[in-house]
Amino acid sequence: MFTTRKQYEPYISPFDPCPPIRVKTYVTAPNLYIGFQPPNLPQFPLREALMKGTLWKVFYDPYYSPYETKTKGDGS
Amino acid sequence: MMWIYEKKLQYPVRVSTCNPRLAKYLIEQYGGADGELAAALRYLNQRYTLPSKVIGLLNDIGTEELAHLEMIATMVYKLTKDATPEQLKEAGLEPHYVDHERALFYHNAAGVPFTATYIQAKGDPITDLYEDIAAEEKARATYQWIINMSDDPDLNDGLRFLREREIIHSQRFREAVEILKEERNQKKFF
Repeated sequence: MFTTRKQYEPYISPFDPCPPIRVKTYVTAPNLYIGFQPPNLPQFPLREALMKGTLWKVFYDPYYSPYETKTKGDGS
Repeated sequence: MMWIYEKKLQYPVRVSTCNPRLAKYLIEQYGGADGELAAALRYLNQRYTLPSKVIGLLNDIGTEELAHLEMIATMVYKLTKDATPEQLKEAGLEPHYVDHERALFYHNAAGVPFTATYIQAKGDPITDLYEDIAAEEKARATYQWIINMSDDPDLNDGLRFLREREIIHSQRFREAVEILKEERNQKKFF
């Protein structure tokens, strides 16, 4: 499988004017990994799929603000 | 072809707080370079000169972008319709008010009006599809940054739906590239 969030640690200067963000995060969505969609993948129930924005579990990758969810803080 | 209009939104739009500042951010997805209007116009125009196998995809996605445009419009309208000029001023929307009162307009978050130079139709299928993939990823990223700036959970719920659709559209455009790459008379393996 794959992860849809990646992290790296940017260079921090001793002279940076703002408190440094030590870990930066970016998104690597499922569409980067799957290629042509294989047949018979698991699906959400139809009503749930309509709300989630996809029928396919493998493509569901919701984004939450890291400022909204204090616990995670990485946009996952 | 012609369109059938269903008089409901693709996904219910709820807004919990009167916060015109969020409207100022959301307008980026309305009349911005990577917004829903640009997406709809791009795909519905490119589709004519693409190989037959992928025309239907651009037709369907371009149509869905119009449904997304309508959702964004509803969000912006709800966030601004009852705001006083004073509240709009606090939200930095006084230049908008001076020109448009509370009407919506196709411009980006910085007030730059929409332009056809945001989109391209190169007539080269791979070039056009690569632009479309990039457009979906840019729209996905824009939704992330708006979600980061917004503290309205109901609004963010709708934005998350729209962002998920960008992921799916990107996936389908990537599959369209695979279809056009395919060598003739070869067995398909998944």
